[in-house]
Amino acid sequence: MNGLALSGGFVDGPIQSAQAFRQIMTAMARPGEILDVSGAAPPAPLSIAAGTILLTLCDPETPLFLAPGFDIDPVRDWITFHTGAPFVSAGDAQFAVGVWKDLPIASFPIGTAEYPDRSTTLIVEVEDLCTQGFVLRGPGIKNSRTLSLPETEVFATNAQLFPLGLDFYFTHRSRLAALPRTTKVS
Amino acid sequence: MSEYNFAYLDEQTKRMIRRAILKGLATPGYQVPFASREMPMPYGWGTGGVQVSAAILTPADTLKVIDQGADDTTNAVSIRRFFEKTAAVSVTEATGDASVIQTRHRIPEERLREDQIIVYQVPIPEPLRFLEPSEVETRKMHGLEEYGLMHVKLYEDISQHGAIATAYAYPVKVEGRYVMDPSPIPKFDNPKLEMAAIQLFGAGREQRIYAIPPYTKVVSLDFEDHPFEPTKADHACDLCAAENSYLDELITDDQGSRMFMCSDTDYCASRRRQGHVGVKGTVFEGSAT
Ligand SMILES: [Zn+2]
Repeated sequence: MNGLALSGGFVDGPIQSAQAFRQIMTAMARPGEILDVSGAAPPAPLSIAAGTILLTLCDPETPLFLAPGFDIDPVRDWITFHTGAPFVSAGDAQFAVGVWKDLPIASFPIGTAEYPDRSTTLIVEVEDLCTQGFVLRGPGIKNSRTLSLPETEVFATNAQLFPLGLDFYFTHRSRLAALPRTTKVS
Repeated sequence: MSEYNFAYLDEQTKRMIRRAILKGLATPGYQVPFASREMPMPYGWGTGGVQVSAAILTPADTLKVIDQGADDTTNAVSIRRFFEKTAAVSVTEATGDASVIQTRHRIPEERLREDQIIVYQVPIPEPLRFLEPSEVETRKMHGLEEYGLMHVKLYEDISQHGAIATAYAYPVKVEGRYVMDPSPIPKFDNPKLEMAAIQLFGAGREQRIYAIPPYTKVVSLDFEDHPFEPTKADHACDLCAAENSYLDELITDDQGSRMFMCSDTDYCASRRRQGHVGVKGTVFEGSAT
């Protein structure tokens, strides 16, 4: 393990993870709202936001899928040292990280009728995250919001699976926005 | 010597609760299982709500805790002190000043805002439990959206009582999908469940967390010929003259004299400070500032 893996974690875990979670939760409660997080200084290509989500939510109980490009030693070592999350294939993942084109969307668990919570949360690294783009409606949104998204079809299909389905975080530098399965994209 | 972790719970437990909260927000009204921990208070004291609060609080928060609308009960005071001590939060009794409100059995009268979070203490999270004692079966019923029996039971209530007799924990349907127990709030509070704030529900003994994101559609179950009515005592508050707040009835002497007063003590006090006086109220000392 490279010495760099040991750095870049939370300095004060309990407080920083509480602050980060508050933003991560608010994002999930208000789909499409862009929020700032901080605390993680992960190795490239992980963004601060993706790294902060991993530090806040992952541990040995959360199997993690790394898409190509992220499945590299520096990333693996950093995640292993700071979270202990085991690396798995997409079909067993509780969390996944990658860029859109490298995430095998159809392979992730979407939950079951009795346990819709047993589904994957995807952390999608994007090159741009802004409030121009597609229109979002649904729980957590007063009328509508707009958000930049890599496409619409996957999200439309995902919303039709409700209450099953995948939940997404989009991350860019220190910013993130969420798109749960309840959000209708047009 | 007592060295607590921030907000009492260990980090792994908080992560597990936090993940459950996120799944709850993504599936409004669905009860997410979680591994409830022992808390330094008995189950009746809202250990589910306390665990949810412990997972979301930051030192920048201002916490309000109410028990049946009141800030000053033993239960509310203990929980407030617990988080003052373990999470270094500020505390308040003013609904408008709180960033997080933990509640047992009421929703404050003052409309909650987008920047607020309300955490409900839930004793029995399963709205179908009285129909079906088996967890395996109720889980199947939710999965198949099989809510016919629930409607039959409510309709029987009407034929026996002329109205739906359930006055508390009146079931709702969330976002057209899950039937949910809103915790034992009076049905007067049900319309407030569609709100701007984030709503989180924690049941400690039953190990369930669920959530309602802001502006989610929440409908109280009813029938065309018997629409839902958010009833309250047909009276104004005797202290502050409020006509649209939920009232507690108090027997004030041996002759059975009654008095009605707002169950939301902060709401009542702030109205009295503004100069409102009920028929048995006195002008608030040092008012109109
Ligand atoms: Zn009053």
